[in-house]
Amino acid sequence: MTALLKLDDISVSIGNLGLLDRISLSVGRGQVVGLVGESGSGKSLTAMAAIGLLPLIGGRVTKGTVRFDGQDMAAMTETQRRKLRGARIGFVTQNPMTALDPVQRIGEQVDVVSRLHLGLSRADARARTLDLLTRLRIPEAGAVVDAWPHQLSGGMKQRIVIAMALAGDPDLIIADEPTTALDVTVQAQIIQILGSLVRERGVALLLITHDMGVVAQVCDRVAVLYAGRLAEEGPVGPIFAAPAHPYTAALIGCIPQDGMAKGSLTGIPGAVPSAAAFPAGCRFHPRCPRASDLCRNTPPMIVHRTAGQVACHHPGEAE
Amino acid sequence: MIAPLRALRRPQGAVAGLWLILVICAALFAPLLTPYAYDIQNLPNAYQPASAQHWLGTDEFGRDLLTRLIYGARTSLSVSATAISISVFCGMVLGASAAWFGGWLDRIVTMTVDLTWSFPEILIALILVAIIGPGTTGVMIAISVAYLAQFTRLTRAQIMTLKGETFIEAARSLGAGNAHLLFRHLLPNALAPVLVSAMLATGDAIILEATLGFFGLGAQPPVPSWGGMMSAGSALVFKAPWVIIFPGLAVAITVVAINLYGDALIAELDIRSRLRREA
Repeated sequence: MTALLKLDDISVSIGNLGLLDRISLSVGRGQVVGLVGESGSGKSLTAMAAIGLLPLIGGRVTKGTVRFDGQDMAAMTETQRRKLRGARIGFVTQNPMTALDPVQRIGEQVDVVSRLHLGLSRADARARTLDLLTRLRIPEAGAVVDAWPHQLSGGMKQRIVIAMALAGDPDLIIADEPTTALDVTVQAQIIQILGSLVRERGVALLLITHDMGVVAQVCDRVAVLYAGRLAEEGPVGPIFAAPAHPYTAALIGCIPQDGMAKGSLTGIPGAVPSAAAFPAGCRFHPRCPRASDLCRNTPPMIVHRTAGQVACHHPGEAE
Repeated sequence: MIAPLRALRRPQGAVAGLWLILVICAALFAPLLTPYAYDIQNLPNAYQPASAQHWLGTDEFGRDLLTRLIYGARTSLSVSATAISISVFCGMVLGASAAWFGGWLDRIVTMTVDLTWSFPEILIALILVAIIGPGTTGVMIAISVAYLAQFTRLTRAQIMTLKGETFIEAARSLGAGNAHLLFRHLLPNALAPVLVSAMLATGDAIILEATLGFFGLGAQPPVPSWGGMMSAGSALVFKAPWVIIFPGLAVAITVVAINLYGDALIAELDIRSRLRREA
């Protein structure tokens, strides 16, 4: 399968601060790739790099290439990149509560995307919007298009944001924590909607989340980020069955299971270090149960395996 | 229902709004409402107190005071409102471009604005009228420049906060360009606080226009303006106090009404905090 989005060994800095370090990752058509990690691990930054919006926050790709459909994003002009956004790459932002313009009606905000990218007339764009909203299972789509954002619930707004991302008929959707701000019941619906989009329309989906449960539910592959580095990447099945990296194992350990005894849900002690204070060696070693002297001094190399990659000095060992 | 109408349902908004509508209608339909001409002198009839023929009395040339007051509303309101409209338009263009493009443009605009803000509006207006020369055009330009700093600052502050909003990032990540972001998202969102503060500034501008008129720098005789009428009346305070009292009351009541209605509008739009975030 040819990759639609391919991040090849990219490093990203803001000012002199190195935030992402040698991340490789690819998303193919019809594939759902989960990008997982705690807050501050660099997930959103990776997404910004993928759509070429890093300069907006003063960041830049210092090493490696971002390729979309074979084209190097860095070699494009900003105008060319802008034409990709919305038309070929749909972006679903993190917080649906503030992702819609408060002084524009819902319908106009969705319409404008297809008018801009597909060149539709006002009437055709509205028809497309109504069709999209109906397919996203929004009840009474005809009334919703005339509503203002403040009249909708969070789950409804997130569907509108997804509709906006879909309106330009993109090949790739990047969803940045699309369910974080929502109720659990609504979360499940949104994840289901995103998953069925991939199956029905053959789009590629990069799903950024910190919830391993969501990954297990819909993703084909998963990439685990920790403190700006890739910890482990590969197909979901094998990784959940036998995580090689202790951080992956710890994240999986954070999913509540049926029949668990009270208080037996394990957390991960400590917190993600800030970019100004990344520890030497493996960045996970202060929180790692397997840490050895080697981990404290030498950063692990990324080892490519048959189906994925892992960066750990002690992969797959028992604790 | 839209906010300006909702504001009319609040008690102070209703009273103030009614007065404003009355004054605006009087100004608009002045020739239909007034039985006398504002500029024909009738000397034997001078210094008449209020009567059935002249509800508010006559001035030193025997002209009907009510007629002149109504025509004066025309001058005062049109000069202030036009001046503030020019000021708002230029202020939004300046403030928005400063906030959007940043860099040296932002520095120059902010510096100039801060500089002009350190002078009282009346001083700026007086200097400008001195340069341009007296008359309604001069006063209009003077008032619009005097209030330019306020709208530039307010717009700039609004756009700066809005720039960081998620919906701007969302629009950009879906391919929106600069013009689209500025005209479809940023300016419409900044509009409500700017318009409300423009409305309140119109009240101040009426006072400024009256002040300049009082100094004889506004509309030139025989065209009446509230400030000019007060100026004529100031010499007659004891002989014919109504000549200064009624235009003074007209200014005072109108300005209070604008402020009350503005307050009701602010409450309806729920933007008090956004107006305070001006610096």
